[in-house]
Amino acid sequence: MAEKNSNLYEFTKGIIKQNPTLVTLLGMCPTLAVTTMAKNGIGMGLATTFVLVCSNFVISILKNVIPKAVRLPCFIVVIAGFVTLIEFLMKGYIPDLYNALGVFLSLITVNCIILGRAEAFASKNKIFPSILDGLGMGLGFTLSLFTMGSVREILGTGSWMGLKIPVLSAHPMTIFIMPAGGFFVLGCLIALVNKLANRKPPKEISCEGCPNAAVCGGSCENASADTAGKENA
Amino acid sequence: MSYLMILIGCVFVNNVVLSQFMGICPFLGVSKQMKSSVGMGAAVIFVMICATAITYPVYRLLEKFEITYLKTVAFILVIAMFVQLVEIVMKKMMPPLYKALGVYLPLITTNCAVLGVTIGNIDNGYNFLQSVTNALGTGLAFTLALLLFSGVRSSIEDSDFPETFKGVPATLIAASIVSLSFMGFTGII
Repeated sequence: MAEKNSNLYEFTKGIIKQNPTLVTLLGMCPTLAVTTMAKNGIGMGLATTFVLVCSNFVISILKNVIPKAVRLPCFIVVIAGFVTLIEFLMKGYIPDLYNALGVFLSLITVNCIILGRAEAFASKNKIFPSILDGLGMGLGFTLSLFTMGSVREILGTGSWMGLKIPVLSAHPMTIFIMPAGGFFVLGCLIALVNKLANRKPPKEISCEGCPNAAVCGGSCENASADTAGKENA
Repeated sequence: MSYLMILIGCVFVNNVVLSQFMGICPFLGVSKQMKSSVGMGAAVIFVMICATAITYPVYRLLEKFEITYLKTVAFILVIAMFVQLVEIVMKKMMPPLYKALGVYLPLITTNCAVLGVTIGNIDNGYNFLQSVTNALGTGLAFTLALLLFSGVRSSIEDSDFPETFKGVPATLIAASIVSLSFMGFTGII
């Protein structure tokens, strides 16, 4: 394993150890929505990687200029700017993918991974590690999207990246490309990762790793604790 | 398209959470208890309607200057600003309401369902009233999904799952079954 805090570590941690979707459970919406085909998974993953690297780069340059109180709106504007850029590029060069991803391309703006990395990493670190961090996290995201897209495409349509798979293509299980199948495959993948990593599964989605925690100060957890307290009382 | 059609379409046929996958994070995070899901749902309905009412004129303005490609940037800024404003006003003017909904407000800025609705309104070419109806329907759909799921979840807590499936995987598989039940509505409009 690469040494902690080395550049190599910053790059590799996002791919497996802190994989954004399967380990820290961020960015669930696009993970579920666009992975009906492996190709769309890769497209979405790479688009997010592009935005993530660029926004990490810009935010780490501007980290001393942005006032702390208004940092989140500033981050969001930077991110939204790059999202607009990638929308233009995709519309121009790969219109098929642009149509397949639809509104989720615009919704990269509110993808928790990007804001989360801006808040947790880029706003505290130098430029070069921030770029590596963005690249690693982005590739980790792409990898899990691709895996999920492959599973759903193979089981749901009986083909993979345009290749027909002999037995499955005769009787595809359409349920896997429907919404219900998305939830199911993601649940199984996370369970598999838990099993392989042989670690105690995260009990709940907690404030740890939630980018909103910075804004709300754990108020969602407190809220449920509050109501629980009231019911007990 | 009539308003009722939009409403039914949003709530049942194209449920925002269970078939369009928007707002999954709060769906999984806040659905632990029925009470907090009602609070979150109410806050989302409120913000969605207001955000739609505000972004509609903003889009017309962008159209006038022919810079509609800036809609993502403009919308997210308007939504973020609006949420902050509501929080401040509510805290000052309506403390009881703030206590009930306030904690959920900051979470909504980054809820992709809100941005999704405003962009969806533009993409579908809805007029002002249709947009507001769509926002109301989507908010109701979100609340319905959250409420249903919080009930399902309280049963999951007590059941005995294999060790690797405990926690999030079990929750997701339960969500898959809830989503399956909504497939029954496919094709009614």
